[in-house]
Amino acid sequence: MKPVKFEYHAPATVDEALALLGRYGGEAKILAGGQSLMPLMNFRLSRPAALIDLNRIASLAYIREDDGHLAFGAMTRQRTVEFSPVVAQRLPLLREATRWVGHLPIRSRGTIGGSIAHADPAAEYPAVLTALDGEVRVRGPRGERVLKASDLFVTYLTTRLEPDEILTEVRLPAMPAGAGHAFEEFARRHGDFAIVGIAAMVVRDGGRCRQARLATAGAGPVPVRLRAAEEILERDGLGDRAIEAATARAAELVSPDADIHASADYRRHLTRVLAARALRRAAGPGARRG
Amino acid sequence: MAEPVTVRLTVNGVGHEGRCEPRKLLVDFLREDLALTGTHVGCEHGICGACTVLIDGVAARSCIMLAVQADGAEIVTIEGLMQDGALHPLQAAFREHHGLQCGFCTPGMLMTALDFLRVNPTPTEPEIREALSAVLCRCTGYHGIVKAVAAAAPVLAKRA
Repeated sequence: MKPVKFEYHAPATVDEALALLGRYGGEAKILAGGQSLMPLMNFRLSRPAALIDLNRIASLAYIREDDGHLAFGAMTRQRTVEFSPVVAQRLPLLREATRWVGHLPIRSRGTIGGSIAHADPAAEYPAVLTALDGEVRVRGPRGERVLKASDLFVTYLTTRLEPDEILTEVRLPAMPAGAGHAFEEFARRHGDFAIVGIAAMVVRDGGRCRQARLATAGAGPVPVRLRAAEEILERDGLGDRAIEAATARAAELVSPDADIHASADYRRHLTRVLAARALRRAAGPGARRG
Repeated sequence: MAEPVTVRLTVNGVGHEGRCEPRKLLVDFLREDLALTGTHVGCEHGICGACTVLIDGVAARSCIMLAVQADGAEIVTIEGLMQDGALHPLQAAFREHHGLQCGFCTPGMLMTALDFLRVNPTPTEPEIREALSAVLCRCTGYHGIVKAVAAAAPVLAKRA
């Protein structure tokens, strides 16, 4: 047995789960898909006094269309997202990003809510949430609140959720009809954590770019929305010169750290290269001139 | 409750019941409590894929799931692939195409490939390689494994 001893609870409702969280006063961990938490526990890097397993709460697994948004129950499996027709139609960027999350057997268990609450800066879903200006619903003993992507991520593995709160829903605005998108990532092997990843969406309007969205994974302690680069595209369009200017700006907007996988300079370089690839693909053929 | 918990589950069509600590990993439960040692323990942190089994029809890592979480689940392990003394077509293809050397990763390779071929019955070679990147093999260089999965795909598609 690899993990330390812990007390195990598998509540049937969110209310029960919240009561248990309160009882342990910050010493319990929420178990969602477990694809990040269980490795940490097997290494004994994480030693919670108790696990509160959300896998028996059926009401936390759903995908709903709601007022121009797609709402995902926190326990919706990544595999369900990958094969969902409504996601393919309304949020193709999320679908593409999902194929970069680990491997299929990891996505069988991993959840959208768990990935976002875990807040690994190299993970794909936080980058998509940031690019598309999504939000999460959170429940706690003081009721429910909504956190926007731009307010959610604090630093490595840390969000603004309080220890007695549970992330219950992820909400993403459906992409506008005709929007182009791309998720580009570099890792040493397919399925490894990104050294850098880029989520991109563009809405073209003739030769112009009505809306551009760019966000990073792996290029700093939290996902970064590259707003100043987006503004260049919204002003100058999606031609080669505009993409070059925007991605040069993108590399200035990130402050990556160095680790055993890559230097900070290399990550900055990747931000520029991958953002350019993502934008060219998102813009589609015919947007290259000018 | 750090005390033992009861786990009831079906493995390869046979019902089992056992008692274990909540911290017992599913792979250890299969191997130690049910004596099903075909599923291998490799890295024990969800990277190498050797412990991959089917849980309620989909491939997942049994080293990063607790046995208690599998209560009520239907599991298929490598021991469940042979039918009536005959190798499963995927197993036969691995033998035919030299898809294994030391055999350590093979249970994970087979269960991963089985799930993948259900999702994608007519894969391209790059798609097979991407799917098999879920399992680490240190002997074969993957060539034989890729060939075996490609050869098994039409056989399995015909059976479905």
